Amino acid sequence: MAGTVTEPARTDPARIRNFCIIAHIDHGKSTLADRMLEVTGIVEGRNMRAQYLDRMDIERERGITIKAQNVRLPWRTAPDTDDAGIVLHMIDTPGHVDFTYEVSRSLAACEGAVLLVDAAQGIEAQTLANLYLALENDLTIIPVLNKIDLPAAQPEKFAEEIAHIIGCEPDDVLRVSGKTGVGVPELLDEIVAKIPAPTGDADGPARALIFDSVYDIYRGVITYVRVVDGRISGREKIKMMSNGVTHELLEIGVISPDPKPVESLGVGEVGYFITGVKDVRQSRVGDTVTLQHKAAAESLGGYRDPKPMVYSGLYPIDGSEYPLLREALDKLLLNDAALVYEPETSAALGFGFRVGFLGLLHLEIVRERLERESGLSLISTAPNVVYRVVMEDGTELVVTNPSDWPHGKMEKIFEPIVKATLIAPSDYTGAIMELCQGRRGALTGMDYLSESRVELRYTLPLGEIIFDFFDALKSRTRGYASLDYQEAGEQESQLVKVDILLQGEAVDAFSAIVHKDKAYAYGVMMAGKLRELIPRQQFEVPIQAAIGARVIARETIRAIRKDVLAKCYGGDISRKRKLLEKQKEGKKRMKMVGRVEVPQEAFVAALSNAEPSKK
Amino acid sequence: MSTHLPLLPAPEPPPPDSRPGPSWLPASAREQLATTPFGLYVHVPFCATRCGYCDFNTYTSDELGPGASRSEYADTAISELRMAAHVLGPDLPTVQTVFVGGGTPTLLPAADLAAVLAEVRDLFPVAADVEVTTEANPESVTPASLARLREAGFTRLSLGMQSAVEHVLAVLDRRHTPGRPAQAAAEARAAGFEHVNLDLIYGAPGETDADWDASLDAVLAAPVDHVSAYALIVEDGTRLARQIARGEHAMPDDDVLADRYERADRRLNAAGLGWYEVSNWATGRAARCRHNELYWAGGNWWGVGPGAHSHVGGLRWWNVKHPAAYADRLLQGYSPEHDRELLDGDQRAMERVMLGLRLRDGLPLEHLSDAGRVRAAELVHERLLEATPWSRGRAVLTARGRLLADAVVRDLTD
Ligand SMILES: Nc1nc2c(ncn2[C@@H]2O[C@H](COP(=O)(O)OP(=O)(O)O)[C@@H](O)[C@H]2O)c(=O)[nH]1
Ligand SMILES: C[S@@+](CC[C@H](N)C(=O)[O-])C[C@H]1O[C@@H](n2cnc3c(N)ncnc32)[C@H](O)[C@@H]1O
Ligand code: SF4
Ligand SMILES: [Mg+2]
Repeated sequence: MAGTVTEPARTDPARIRNFCIIAHIDHGKSTLADRMLEVTGIVEGRNMRAQYLDRMDIERERGITIKAQNVRLPWRTAPDTDDAGIVLHMIDTPGHVDFTYEVSRSLAACEGAVLLVDAAQGIEAQTLANLYLALENDLTIIPVLNKIDLPAAQPEKFAEEIAHIIGCEPDDVLRVSGKTGVGVPELLDEIVAKIPAPTGDADGPARALIFDSVYDIYRGVITYVRVVDGRISGREKIKMMSNGVTHELLEIGVISPDPKPVESLGVGEVGYFITGVKDVRQSRVGDTVTLQHKAAAESLGGYRDPKPMVYSGLYPIDGSEYPLLREALDKLLLNDAALVYEPETSAALGFGFRVGFLGLLHLEIVRERLERESGLSLISTAPNVVYRVVMEDGTELVVTNPSDWPHGKMEKIFEPIVKATLIAPSDYTGAIMELCQGRRGALTGMDYLSESRVELRYTLPLGEIIFDFFDALKSRTRGYASLDYQEAGEQESQLVKVDILLQGEAVDAFSAIVHKDKAYAYGVMMAGKLRELIPRQQFEVPIQAAIGARVIARETIRAIRKDVLAKCYGGDISRKRKLLEKQKEGKKRMKMVGRVEVPQEAFVAALSNAEPSKK
Repeated sequence: MSTHLPLLPAPEPPPPDSRPGPSWLPASAREQLATTPFGLYVHVPFCATRCGYCDFNTYTSDELGPGASRSEYADTAISELRMAAHVLGPDLPTVQTVFVGGGTPTLLPAADLAAVLAEVRDLFPVAADVEVTTEANPESVTPASLARLREAGFTRLSLGMQSAVEHVLAVLDRRHTPGRPAQAAAEARAAGFEHVNLDLIYGAPGETDADWDASLDAVLAAPVDHVSAYALIVEDGTRLARQIARGEHAMPDDDVLADRYERADRRLNAAGLGWYEVSNWATGRAARCRHNELYWAGGNWWGVGPGAHSHVGGLRWWNVKHPAAYADRLLQGYSPEHDRELLDGDQRAMERVMLGLRLRDGLPLEHLSDAGRVRAAELVHERLLEATPWSRGRAVLTARGRLLADAVVRDLTD
């Protein structure tokens, strides 16, 4: 009966290997996953699209993995057999820092991880961050150098680096090329040999971990699970342990690489189910699934509600598109459990939404998807983090919008901080330290990965990273530095709200919470920018930056003195009239701030540079 | 609201109403012929060379095709005049003003201009005090040609001076010497022209405040009763625009232009030349250009010549632009009209404000909407409109308001 042991629903856990690949962006995770699909024969070469597992358009275009996908692969028991006696479950985790929680849930669904490092680049910040997460989850690590086909590859040097970090021998580091496929079968054999098979209580109450949940327009929410104990079968009602809600199972199956319905999933198996719910919030990553009639008493643990870290106001450039924006957000919400938003009105920008994100990449992805999928043009206000303010009278409030900054006496203000890891050639150590110090960072550690590469660890306020930190880092290190960070609680700080006033009237869209030592610089920067961007008006327009009633910077837009066409166009009166009509059209597109006409483009331009940079 | 009237290509038989005739004017426009002052404009589309800043409809070649060469042009223009008389007839309006503009009208022999004017008198009733202006380039007139024009009935001469400073004239590609415009003005006076105007342009690249003062000095020393001063406009597609795009010249600065305007206004007023339109100053009512006043007051006029614009009772039309196409139409007996628009009430109201507000006499407040009148009161407060005329029911721009006239118009017509 050797043939049946690897069939879904009846797989002997001893024949299962659950693993993921962790890597810094661009080190070749998706490409390697593609090769694995090919080598195991479940996707034939000619059907192979690059990055088969990255399904979303944005992922394919930007070459990043946003949503984890998983796949079931048959493989041989040993290099010298041809028995397909092993089931590999590969879980393709998101690589970006914004999705740390999702990464950690994906890791929790595995027993081992392939640590993939570009043989021409070496270890980068994301590699380390994800490696630490994997170690926290007790995963067996298989170190691998990728891209060994590259002429610039330095496998010896970087094998040393890896060995130094994970405490193995350089010779233990496998060498592959996702491009040519060299070393890939050997890597799969190594996975079979080294990664432990899942263990669980096959007869106990069912428990499965949700490690991903995606919305599909045809099928509703598709939930990916790893069964830990017991068995989940298609004929039973399931129950979400975080909230006790039960669902009918419409379908349960495995992905190989397309969805295949099966009867049930047993211990160690990875698959999906569909219940007909339409909102990923009803099937949340990290939750434990059990059966209604024989429910487990204890969940698998580790579940937590996604917590927005960064907020920004999103406004349609064309105010009449507000209903469209609402619709688009509602639609996106079905697929994004981490997204939160509520309507917001800005005196300057009109009707929009205050949107909470996991981080900057999340913000960018959401914004891009809204624009792309719904054809909207959006303005996003400068992002801010979440502050906790304790007032002198002891009351406490959480501020997610500079407009809500309290006026009264504040006793203490807390801001979120992160633990950041930066890796770069050691020549740039000074430049990085200077940057981090400028961003109120505190150095907590420093290690040489090799003679020429250094790892710096900092505690930094999150608010300092979301401005233009990536850009600044990139330009100071010529793109050679990598950064990763993880939230690390909060710290008390001396923060102030800087308002920008046009003709004495605060423009809400430009207000920012900054450290008191940086208020002046922000004020000068913003006031200067606006002076360039706002056209001259019939009267002088003072631009002020102020903390409360105290003005800290000032610029003036001088009054316009000439707005007349002096030349006579002879009898061509129509030309003049049409010109005026055109100017009047332009005037309609202006936003009024008090009496000041501000072109929409000025808002976009003033806010765009203060915006997160593309990473 | 634009309909294409007779569009050529000749081989096809013309549509029934493409022959010129009275049906061309909608009744709504024709009605106003009897009650509204009427003028004639004749465009002469030739220049010796094209100035770098100029985007007027003018050509430097003399080989423009049958009917469009300089020697045949007067005859071609005359054929349109005849068509005009036919269309406007049988009860022709009395001609109050004639304006020959360009281009450089004085590139045509004085006799040709005289012939055109004679034809006007043959075809139309002409007012006893008719104003007949021709534009001229200073280097294109002589005492003899001026005498001939005066004899033919021209009463007013408008000379393109632009500047009295050599390096400014050079930047502007002008062909005359700095002293020539004043001299030509004196020759015109000697020839019996009662009204002489000099055109100035300020803000040319490289022009200094002192240069501008020198030009104003020269104008004030010349025997003229009228001055037009225009801020240099960088028009798309001109050589000047390309030079600026390439960084060879700087774009005129708005603050500098405003300074120059204020300076001109001060000095001209002090010398007895009062402003009567944003860019025009005259020694008195009689010295004003009545033809331009007719444009600004919403009068009727027929524009003869390629690209010329006409207006009768809310109907605006304009001719095909190229002289060859223009002449071709006329040779075949078709109208040279290219397109037209019949203005609706809103557009007419907008134009009335746009044109009227630029005048010293101002705009009656009843020509504004309710919202416009409310806004006008605020503009008095903002010192863009004069308080005294406003209290008497007229919107008149202050000196500051004149420099912001377009903004004021936008404000008042929202
Ligand atoms: N030369 C070479 N290029 C590779 C190899 N693996 C991946 N790449 C390239 O590296 C880039 C990033 O690969 P990708 O799989 O998207 O990386 P991911 O961001 O980790 O998923 C792509 O341009 C790949 O074509 C390899 O083994 N050799
Ligand atoms: C229709 S033009 C023709 C006058 C005549 N051909 C001449 O140039 O002497 C009338 C006046 O318009 C003014 N003008 C032409 N182009 C201009 C421009 N781009 N900016 C400002 N004024 C302009 C000049 O002052 C010119 O004298
Ligand atoms: S001479 Fe007058 S019309 Fe001719 S190109 Fe120069 S400015 Fe234009
Ligand atoms: Mg990828």
